[in-house]
Amino acid sequence: MGGKLTFTGGIHPYDGKDLSKDKPIKDILPKGDLVYPLSQHIGAPAKAIVKKGDKVLTGQMIAEAGGFVSAPVYSTVSGTVKAIEPRRVVTGDMVMSVIVENDGQYEEVEYDKSKPLAKLPREEIIARIQKAGVVGMGGAGFPTHVKLSPKDPDKIEYVIVNCAECEPYLTSDYRRMIEEPQKVVDGLKCSLQLFDHAEGILAVEDNKPDCIRILKELVKDEERITVKALKTKYPQGAERQLIYASTGRAINSSMLPADAGCVVNNVDTVCAIYSAVMENKPLMYRIVTVTGDAIADPRNFRVRIGTSYQELVEEAGGFKTKPAKIISGGPMMGFALFSTDVPTTKTASALLCLTRDEVSELEPSACIGCGRCAEICPGRLIPARMADLAERGDMERFVAMDGLECCECGCCSYICPARRQLTQEIKSMRKMALAARKK
Amino acid sequence: MEEKARVSSNPHIRSRVTTSMIMLSVIVALMPATVFGIINFGLHALLLIVVTMVTTTAGEWCFNRLLHRKNTISDFSAMLTGLLLALNLPPNAPWWIGVVGGAFAIIVVKMLFGGLGQNFMNPALGGRCFLMLSFTRIMTDFQTDTYTGATPLALVKAGEKVNIYNMVIGKTSGTIGETSMIALVAGACFLILLGVIDLKIPGSYIVTLIIFLLLFGGRGADFDYIAGNLAGGGLMLGAFFMATDYVTRPITKWGQYLYGILLGVLTGIFRVFGSGAEGVSYAIILGNLCVPLIEKITWPKPFGKGGERG
Repeated sequence: MGGKLTFTGGIHPYDGKDLSKDKPIKDILPKGDLVYPLSQHIGAPAKAIVKKGDKVLTGQMIAEAGGFVSAPVYSTVSGTVKAIEPRRVVTGDMVMSVIVENDGQYEEVEYDKSKPLAKLPREEIIARIQKAGVVGMGGAGFPTHVKLSPKDPDKIEYVIVNCAECEPYLTSDYRRMIEEPQKVVDGLKCSLQLFDHAEGILAVEDNKPDCIRILKELVKDEERITVKALKTKYPQGAERQLIYASTGRAINSSMLPADAGCVVNNVDTVCAIYSAVMENKPLMYRIVTVTGDAIADPRNFRVRIGTSYQELVEEAGGFKTKPAKIISGGPMMGFALFSTDVPTTKTASALLCLTRDEVSELEPSACIGCGRCAEICPGRLIPARMADLAERGDMERFVAMDGLECCECGCCSYICPARRQLTQEIKSMRKMALAARKK
Repeated sequence: MEEKARVSSNPHIRSRVTTSMIMLSVIVALMPATVFGIINFGLHALLLIVVTMVTTTAGEWCFNRLLHRKNTISDFSAMLTGLLLALNLPPNAPWWIGVVGGAFAIIVVKMLFGGLGQNFMNPALGGRCFLMLSFTRIMTDFQTDTYTGATPLALVKAGEKVNIYNMVIGKTSGTIGETSMIALVAGACFLILLGVIDLKIPGSYIVTLIIFLLLFGGRGADFDYIAGNLAGGGLMLGAFFMATDYVTRPITKWGQYLYGILLGVLTGIFRVFGSGAEGVSYAIILGNLCVPLIEKITWPKPFGKGGERG
């Protein structure tokens, strides 16, 4: 099996993980209303199946999938539907959402008692994952049942769990691996049931030796599962780089992991797969790291989806200093928020509050062609030149020179000594080029 | 209304290295050679260095001012251009040579083409070549009180015996900053350790030149001939500090190797077959002109399309 456990390029930013890595996951209960955006995934938005005034239970479906590439949404508390209206989400967009007033009773629906995994047919496993509303919880939000249904399941050779957690500050996956490693392994075993010719890989960055030790111990008798210690650098957890580092196979932007015989799922997603398949439970919780130097008491929380970010801040002791930057997700790929009045969604891995806004401290200046962006670009592009083409609006050459291969990891903007907004320029042009291609 | 936090596109953190830090580190790296030049040639050399640096910095400031542009002198690149040009001047050149050359380098070669990052030719070398063509006698007169006679590289070319030890230390005639191989290499090591430059260009440049001289120099593996060529004629200054100029070298990895090889071949041709002994400045300037072409033929393949290995 190939895979050099690393890739060419990448950066080593300050990782900030010490702030929260030793804080055990704490369960928190929402106090205010819960907001469930109907679009928390890639694909068609879910369709609300409740109406204002309806009584709902914890674990009750409140919106059904809007198509095959879509996912249902469940209520995570018991209470009453207060409204169905557009609400602000982390990207800044207004998204149609179901708002549930929490009655504080947490009355839960009865779940089917599961059959043992060994007896479940393939279709049943996929159906349970689909019904549970599981999506890629690492950030992309791609519906998991679609990912697990490639054209030819026999051609899948590797089922990879992305345990890299390469984004600075994030410790939610780390805590999960420390506290519930069996669930991660069992979730992977559920996925392996779907692919007879596949072996399982737990791909962990080598800055988490304790996780590697624990997982290795757990899988020592599993013939089909190995643990791989990958070199620590950002973006080791980016799908294409992860596949390359762990298997030696390289895919480009127009290919799917399945084209290289791979399926990749993030730690939290694998745990959601476990709950969906083994316990018949829908996706209702996720682990969120609330951290940053502006947070009084950085923590990891098990959060009911729909809980307001503001409540997470309060649970973490509030702000220690005034935050200049509030970010949903990590500092490299997260979304900057102008307020904490947004709900936790299926893809929210962290809430990061920073005292300094490094982006606005220095003005962009002229490119000196130092080539640092080209050296570190994991996509092996020359970001400085791509951004020049984007600035000039030269879409044709941008596409011809492989601008679409950019994965928007942010390394180029991070490293640029002239403080150019390289990622932003390239991202905008990519968006336009992809939109033009669809027409 | 409640105060809102600032939003911007990802990423939200930045590395600490800035353009001005890079420029400043190159200036620092040139200090051993600069100080040695002043000690070697006397206070007039210091005067020339100061005058040239002031001219380039003031030139950029005035240009920006006249065009109502944001001033850019705080990035230290104009200062660096001035220093590099001064190190390429003969130690006894009149002070106004620094002014004329500095003004040409900064105004014509750099600012008229759009300022930092837009010039296609190294401004310091552009300035030097302008002076060489316009004031040939002054620019090729290396006689000082201490040193009389031809430069060591000219002696090497003529097949005469030179003191390699003095050439490595720098106790020879030549331009202000080019004589001390050891001071230049020390500065270059500092830049390599900081990650400001790497060996791709200087390495392929120097290795190519050695091979060229072995093949076509007509002296075979004559140690004095090869060592004299490496230590003399501003090769170290050119290879480590001017060929590596970000703006005017190729940005692609393989392009940098190719560029180094091209410079080595050109320098070899000028030194072996040319009428003069020197060749570094013209080789780099010619190399600068080939950069767009070199980039085009060495454009990398992206990840997943064959480029993932390097």
